[in-house]
Amino acid sequence: MKSPIIEVKQLRTSFQTDDGSIPVVNSIDFHVSPGEVLGVVGESGCGKSVTSLSIMGLVDARTGKVEGEILFKGDNLADASEKKMRKIRGNEIAMIFQEPMTSLNPVFTIGQQLTESLRVHRKWGKKQAAVRAVEMLKLVGLGRAEELLKQYPHQLSGGMRQRVMIAMAMICEPELLIADEPTTALDVTIQAQILELMKDLNKKTDTAILMITHDLGVVAEMCQRVIVMYAGRIVEEGDVRSVFQNPLHPYTVGLIQSIPDMRVKKDRLYSIPGNVPKPGSQNLGCQFAPRCAHAMSRCISETPALTNHENGQKVRCWLYEDGKGAGIHDSAIS
Amino acid sequence: MFSYTIRRLGSLIPVLLGMALIVFMMIRAIPGNPAQTILGQQATATAVAALTKDLGLDKPWHIQFWSYLKGLFSGDLGVSLRTRQPISQEVWPYLAATMELALVAMIVAVFIGVNAGIISAWFQNSWFDYIAMIVALIGVSMPIFWLGLMEQYVVALQFDLLPTSGRDNIRDPVQAITNLYLIDTLIAGRFDQFFEVIKHLILPGFALATIPMAIIARMTRSSMLEVMRSDYIRTARAKGVKMFWVVYSHSLKNALIPVVTVIGLQTGLLLGGAILTETIFGWPGIGTYIYDAISYRDYPVIQSGILVVAFLFVMINLFVDLLYAAIDPRIKYK
Repeated sequence: MKSPIIEVKQLRTSFQTDDGSIPVVNSIDFHVSPGEVLGVVGESGCGKSVTSLSIMGLVDARTGKVEGEILFKGDNLADASEKKMRKIRGNEIAMIFQEPMTSLNPVFTIGQQLTESLRVHRKWGKKQAAVRAVEMLKLVGLGRAEELLKQYPHQLSGGMRQRVMIAMAMICEPELLIADEPTTALDVTIQAQILELMKDLNKKTDTAILMITHDLGVVAEMCQRVIVMYAGRIVEEGDVRSVFQNPLHPYTVGLIQSIPDMRVKKDRLYSIPGNVPKPGSQNLGCQFAPRCAHAMSRCISETPALTNHENGQKVRCWLYEDGKGAGIHDSAIS
Repeated sequence: MFSYTIRRLGSLIPVLLGMALIVFMMIRAIPGNPAQTILGQQATATAVAALTKDLGLDKPWHIQFWSYLKGLFSGDLGVSLRTRQPISQEVWPYLAATMELALVAMIVAVFIGVNAGIISAWFQNSWFDYIAMIVALIGVSMPIFWLGLMEQYVVALQFDLLPTSGRDNIRDPVQAITNLYLIDTLIAGRFDQFFEVIKHLILPGFALATIPMAIIARMTRSSMLEVMRSDYIRTARAKGVKMFWVVYSHSLKNALIPVVTVIGLQTGLLLGGAILTETIFGWPGIGTYIYDAISYRDYPVIQSGILVVAFLFVMINLFVDLLYAAIDPRIKYK
């Protein structure tokens, strides 16, 4: 295994509110190797996006606090200066956002926005950057690239804008690409195209991708490994294949069951009862316990640790406390 | 764009016609007879009647209005009852004096107001933000005549730093060419006079700039705060763009439309509504011109003076509307 490009250790991001400091991301560890695609899944509000903003150093320092280590090429980004972060952002670590409709600046041309990273990080001139921008637009499958450079975002469709966002993120050949729900706002056929494109770029350029999504389909399609987050913590981690075939944590099981199956006709689709708890509302025990069908008295009072299981899978659940996996499989999954 | 401009100019005609009619009716509602005012209280009734007939004021109002309109369409603004000079010639020096003062005031107001607004938004809730917004609040609520009198009292009388009134040194008057004294003195190569003109501009300019400056600062701040929360600003930061450029380029261009609107309106107001400042500082501007005309019941001057101001006001607004399209590519005029 190659040494990881980024290693996150005990990352904890908390926000100052009227009720004190509330952790949104709580002691998470993960790493991404070069060329690897790591999926981060979970419902809305479980800390996925805050994790990515913490890595980028884009958490507002006035209200948020990032603790722990984010090791990137030997540097800890969690306490790096703004100047250092600026050199890394868009250059070595790039990001694609969820909303292509609002993530491009409406008053600048595609060309101006696309070439900006090159001009900032590599000090390239206008012409040289424009040539590279045209190459990138062609690489992400956009025709009439020269013409496109002079157009404004409102003249493009959602799918085209997301392609532009990808081209913009990839233009400086970053080593790590953070994609925060890159396909959520797009319709299904465009989603498939965008995923295909990202997969393709990942193979061609060996860029590692941190794929943040709530869509397990995207994970199955794109990722080698996956971490499942719930209420700011990692509850399960492992190879995509193992996790999908043998989900351990009741939350992961619930997520997989929530995927509609075309072969089975149901009156009602499955959903996990309840909602993600508000950050900071529950401090003791397993965060998932109130929604869990297997909750025991212990789950309410004690917080389980992330423990190793078979096939390199890790899980944070009292059902697997002894590592044997007596678990829920006999009863819950048919 | 071109045809839009032409159509807008065409639509000015009914606006100005309506304006002319309203002013025409209103001044005739003011009690008092111009002939009586010109001849004085001791004049005989026959002399007053003769002058009234001579001035054409004995005719029915619709005939007076019609002949006034006919004059307007041939570029004739009428003749002053008091000086017997054509208004179209007489008005320019006054207008130029007002324009010079208003322009200087607006340049100062825009430069300080926009920058204070930007920095307040950038460092929201900082001490700079608090102080700037308190000063701005005082600025908007300040009665301008009081500020002008205080300036004269403190700066001119107590410390004798600057002149209290007028546009130039009366013992060494500026030779009028364009009537914009800053330009005239430079054409003549009289740098001593140039600085004298600047010294005369400072106090009234500052008094006049205060309110627009405060309004512009507050508008810029709120507009910037809204823009800086946008997704595309996060995108720009994720590209590693320096915060200065994120603020002054990516954010400012988007925040500019409401700011430009306010600047346009304020400029229009300064051109016509500087009567208080002009009176306090003995500034021979259009405000003074119209004010004097009102006390002399000089109907044609009141009518045409207000019409000129109204014309400038609508022209500035048209210019602002055209500016929108230059700022925001989504705005297109057909």
